[in-house]
Amino acid sequence: MSTAHAEHEHHGAPSGLSRWLFTTNHKDIGTLYLWFSFAMLLVGGSFAMVIRLELLQPGMQWVDPNFFNSMTTMHGLIMVFGAIMPAFVGLANWLIPMMIGAPDMALPRMNNWSFWILPFAGTMLLSTMFMDGGGPNFGWTFYAPLSTTYAPASTDFFIFAVHMLGFSSIMGSINVIATIMNMRAPGMTLMKMPLFVWTWLITAFLLIAVMPVLAGAVTMMLTDRNFGTSFFDAAGGGDPVLFQHVFWFFGHPEVYIMILPAFGVVSQIIPTFARKKLFGYSSMVYATASIAFLSFIVWAHHMFTVGMPVAGELFFMYATVLIAVPTGVKVFNWVATMWQGSMTFELPMKWALAFVILFTIGGFSGLMLGIAPVDFQYHDTYFVVAHFHYVLVTGALFSIIAAVYYWLPKWTGHMYSETLGNWHFWCSVIFVNITFFPQHFLGLAGMPRRIPDYNAAFADFNFMSSIGAFGFGLSQLLFLALIIKCIKGGEKATDEVWEGAEGLEWTIPSPAPYHTFAEAPEVK
Amino acid sequence: MSVRKLKQAALVLFSSVLAMTSSHAWADKVLNLREGVTEVSRNAYSLHMIVLWICVVIGVVVFGAMIYSMFAHRKSKGAVAASFHESHKVEILWTVIPFIILIALAIPATKNLLLLEDASNADVTVKVTGYQWKWNYEYMDGDAEGVKYFSALDKASNDARQMNSGIDVSTVPNYLQNVDNALVIPTGKKVRFLITSNDVIHSWWVPDFGFKKDALPGYINEAWTRVEDAGTYRGKCAELCGKDHGFMPIVVVAKEEGEYKKWAAAKKSAAAAEAAAAASDKTWTKAELMAKGAKVYGSSCAACHQPNGEGTGPFPPLKGSAVATGPAAGHINIVVNGSKTNPLMAAYGAQLNDLDLAAVITYERNSWGNDAGIVQPKDVKAAR
Amino acid sequence: MSQASGSYYLPEPSKWPVIGSIGMFIMLFGFASSLSDKTPLVGEGNLTMMYVGMAIIIFMLFGWFGQVIRESESGAYNGQVDISFRMGMMWFIFSEVMFFAAFFGALYYIRTLSVPWLGGADNNAATNEFLYNGFTPSWPLNVMPDAAAGGYSVFKETIGAWGIPALNTALLLTSGVTVTLAHWALKKGNRGALTFWLFATVVLGFVFVGFQAYEYIHAYSTGLKLSSGVYGSTFFMLTGFHGLHVTIGAIMLTVMMFRSMKGHFTDENHFAFEAAAWYWHFVDVVWLGLFIFVYVL
Ligand code: HEA
Ligand code: HEA
Ligand code: HEC
Ligand code: CUA
Ligand SMILES: [Cu+2]
Repeated sequence: MSTAHAEHEHHGAPSGLSRWLFTTNHKDIGTLYLWFSFAMLLVGGSFAMVIRLELLQPGMQWVDPNFFNSMTTMHGLIMVFGAIMPAFVGLANWLIPMMIGAPDMALPRMNNWSFWILPFAGTMLLSTMFMDGGGPNFGWTFYAPLSTTYAPASTDFFIFAVHMLGFSSIMGSINVIATIMNMRAPGMTLMKMPLFVWTWLITAFLLIAVMPVLAGAVTMMLTDRNFGTSFFDAAGGGDPVLFQHVFWFFGHPEVYIMILPAFGVVSQIIPTFARKKLFGYSSMVYATASIAFLSFIVWAHHMFTVGMPVAGELFFMYATVLIAVPTGVKVFNWVATMWQGSMTFELPMKWALAFVILFTIGGFSGLMLGIAPVDFQYHDTYFVVAHFHYVLVTGALFSIIAAVYYWLPKWTGHMYSETLGNWHFWCSVIFVNITFFPQHFLGLAGMPRRIPDYNAAFADFNFMSSIGAFGFGLSQLLFLALIIKCIKGGEKATDEVWEGAEGLEWTIPSPAPYHTFAEAPEVK
Repeated sequence: MSVRKLKQAALVLFSSVLAMTSSHAWADKVLNLREGVTEVSRNAYSLHMIVLWICVVIGVVVFGAMIYSMFAHRKSKGAVAASFHESHKVEILWTVIPFIILIALAIPATKNLLLLEDASNADVTVKVTGYQWKWNYEYMDGDAEGVKYFSALDKASNDARQMNSGIDVSTVPNYLQNVDNALVIPTGKKVRFLITSNDVIHSWWVPDFGFKKDALPGYINEAWTRVEDAGTYRGKCAELCGKDHGFMPIVVVAKEEGEYKKWAAAKKSAAAAEAAAAASDKTWTKAELMAKGAKVYGSSCAACHQPNGEGTGPFPPLKGSAVATGPAAGHINIVVNGSKTNPLMAAYGAQLNDLDLAAVITYERNSWGNDAGIVQPKDVKAAR
Repeated sequence: MSQASGSYYLPEPSKWPVIGSIGMFIMLFGFASSLSDKTPLVGEGNLTMMYVGMAIIIFMLFGWFGQVIRESESGAYNGQVDISFRMGMMWFIFSEVMFFAAFFGALYYIRTLSVPWLGGADNNAATNEFLYNGFTPSWPLNVMPDAAAGGYSVFKETIGAWGIPALNTALLLTSGVTVTLAHWALKKGNRGALTFWLFATVVLGFVFVGFQAYEYIHAYSTGLKLSSGVYGSTFFMLTGFHGLHVTIGAIMLTVMMFRSMKGHFTDENHFAFEAAAWYWHFVDVVWLGLFIFVYVL
């Protein structure tokens, strides 16, 4: 059998559908993840378009309120679990082995399973929309008892979809940790690892720690719904707020799961185009670890208004604002890296710079939300929506796009079209701000989130936001076009691709061969 | 196309979007948090402004440095990269400075939070209960003790907000911000709210008072306010609570002591009269029941079963339904006791009096082509 | 790539993961469908589809693990692969710990926060006064706050710690010892002893499960059910998931026993055995937590 195996290894990629179904190659699996994520971005994005369409003008024009709630719920779920997380796992798959000089991920067969659970979980989740009584309509945070006693019958499918997504994430993270800890090339000590690898190591730890807690939360939901338990029901001695504690114990680290790899990406890109080493490498590592640690003790800042004892509110307020310190260290280090560099502004750099500014704006509004007595005003308004879209869209999503521009030549062997890329960048940056900046004002003026209709006082900013959203959505079609064009052909990319790029992935040919680092490289 | 041209194009686009929206006057746009009318809300406002300015200043410094270096240290200008990449001094500096800022911020925040959460020594207590999708107010003490009523979206907004209602919502005064029965509180008094829910989680929020507090089923949360000036203050339910979460406004009218007393007395006697009417064994005519029933149906049932009785999504039609055209006993049963299998259909026996129940059941049995006879309050009473 | 000895083993493309995903989908879709008659495909209470999915998963497990065992026995795995497997198992067990942590957390919250709150503790004086007047909290909570309103059964007996649970603790602790003895025997190359101690461990495990089942039957007959308020909820969910894990662990050890009888494992190379043993110790430790927090305290 080892001969058949060896023979197989000599060839490049196998062809046909079975290549993708059965593959154990980290690059193929990375590609699958990235395409899956892009497809989900389009699906989740079109749900956002439905939301923005209904909110374009006051009055009920397009969808019924129950369906609107479904759209909000599904948009949040699909974007978080379908678009952002799989995209980062895809990047991890493609890049970590190449960055640490490993031949592949540590557990390649399991790697395939982690991916192939996703389309089935996604199908399960989306199928609920076609069931009697409609799909999940209780928000992506699915608070009990709206999601238990009062939820549609399809909720049980939603629960199992979450179980599957969690299972996939846990296996994916185990793989990442085993790869990083066990597969580094000789000489690649922990403190020499690229920051993207570091941030993913910590992210993987967060995932393994909190996805099972989410599984626990939905399991309790399942039994409350179907088997008569009363975890979230005061009539049996339980508490609906218990659900929120369990959910946010997962949910808060989850939002850092979506931003730490983004920090990693940006920490790769900025030094390249500033042609200067990353400032404060070790403090970046410690800051990431501190953020991860703090993320476990701030969860109840989502619950300031549920009526916790005041001591609890104070504790969670203090812990929350503390996160500004390590995050600030990251932002300052990026700026210091650019300081007295020799900068050029290729597209990955443009996206990374937009990230730094816009993410920081999102971080600032986060800090404002963290001040408990004022959160009593902000909570559950569009101010929160503005906050998390700044950190998620112009944060997480922008970093993913930056990463794609940065490594696309390595993946495909071709340079992308600069013209299309510039159009994509400028349209996105302008429209995204038209979409989400006015939402700050809406929130402050008192518009609650998750509502399908509003008073005329909110009309102008909603109109603006909707126009921006359509524009931003359409701009992403440029991205699709650019990627397809780049795969099909284009100017040949060099091995190093970028003048200032450092790291093992730039030492191998472009496009990266099917198998890399069969012989481990020596890292000085 | 050059980058410069692109930027121009983008600018044109941006300004045209602005132009589209600027047909209305920008002057009356609310851009900021409101100061509100209570100590708590004014504190929240000033804290908000402090944090906002801190963020703006830090933002200017950080983005300023970044943008400066983007222009000054670009390769096309011949900048050569320096080689420094580590400095413990600055690292410590920019760890400690934010930390100190945060401590400075935490002090007023703590004070405000302690004030906000201290509902002790109240003058008046009102129990607020969230229902899908209306509020119930019950006065626990004081001049209005015992007064208890529901407060739901007013009829004008409710008609206009139906899908394809044909009503231009901009012609509806206070669209989605008016209720049929406002909560009335006295000015100058510390009013304590005991907030809870009958079904899912809601959240009681009046921005001018500076707080929102979740209404949890099975638990009671406390909150309080003290309003100095008489006036009308509007708010909303602020926690997703199902289909009509967006249509669950709050209106609080603060009245001077004397006015409040008058209002309380009137409310009490009206309630007594209504209870007497409902309890009497009087036989009502069909027209009386239908008129009353139409009102109750509009405020309590139409949200789900729709004004035309045809239902929507998970909510069954009543037009031609087996229950609403079958034996009266079955119809009374589901309305009074709720559905055994689906908690969305609540037990209205706990919310409405016998007269209202009889009226709404009669209305359902004789509308939209249904023709199944009338039900009297005493029938409902007997069935309870 | 040359498959020189010492290089990391990279498996060829495999059909098992996709089969596993399909099985998982069918199983869970079937289960969800069976929960209500408003859902598609199968009617309420009909578990056929779920069983089909389970069968596919079992088929996948046999195929997948069979392949891994063949690869392992043919010497394809070097020390580095072994380390990957070890890390994989360790972190998997960590994820299981966090799953239990969610339920332990719920138990903690309910016992020290929400039930006392219903009795008026902290800032909940109004809760008790207006909603549950006269209710005094206790643990086990055998009178529900609104038992008068119906809906939840009131039960008299709770499960004491010093009967079956104490015995079960002894059983599991002993099984921890026997599995260690099995490991020592394996390291010494004493296959007979290995099989014997493994057999003893598996027997102890199944006896534990048997006692647990007996305890459940007893509880149900005295009225303590999954639906008996939060006491029943936390009791059955924690002990139930633990029992499920004991069963899985015992099955893993049974497989190891058969493999050792077939002559698998060497004194150097026996990761699968160790993984099962780790799992067993994990189950053991969770039980100690349960014994203390669910039964004794
Ligand atoms: C990527 C995702 C992400 C990230 C990174 C963050 C980052 C932060 N978030 Fe955010 N948040 C979300 C995603 C995210 N959030 C989501 C999805 C929700 C809504 C969930 C829902 O309800 O649906 C939410 C909601 C949310 C709330 C609840 C609001 C409410 O519902 O009432 C709060 C409250 O404290 C909060 C706080 C913070 C804070 C303090 C940070 C900090 O980490 C930010 C730190 C960064 C900075 C502060 C900027 C840089 C720092 C400096 C330049 C240094 C100097 C600065 C100072 C000293 C001021 N977030
Ligand atoms: C995780 C990342 C993520 C991302 C990337 C986005 C992206 C977007 N989000 Fe959202 N959003 C969430 C996470 C995210 N969101 C979460 C967690 C919630 C809370 C849910 C809840 O309350 O439960 C939420 C809620 C939310 C709301 C509030 C809904 C409510 O409270 O009722 C709104 C409203 O404007 C909104 C808008 C948008 C828009 C316009 C985009 C755009 O950026 C999307 C752009 C992308 C596309 C449009 C797809 C690509 C293009 C096409 C498919 C071509 C077709 C396009 C056209 C026809 C124009 N999102
Ligand atoms: C929150 C939504 C909601 C509101 C408000 C509501 N209902 Fe219902 N109603 C339902 C649902 C859901 C059912 C289906 C119950 C079932 O499946 O058992 C139902 C069923 C019924 C039925 C039986 C219909 C049939 O053919 O099975 C009647 C009669 C009825 N409701 C009357 C009323 C009346 C009268 C009111 C107001 C006083 C009212 N409902 C308010 C949701 C609602
Ligand atoms: Cu009630 Cu939202
Ligand atoms: Cu958070």
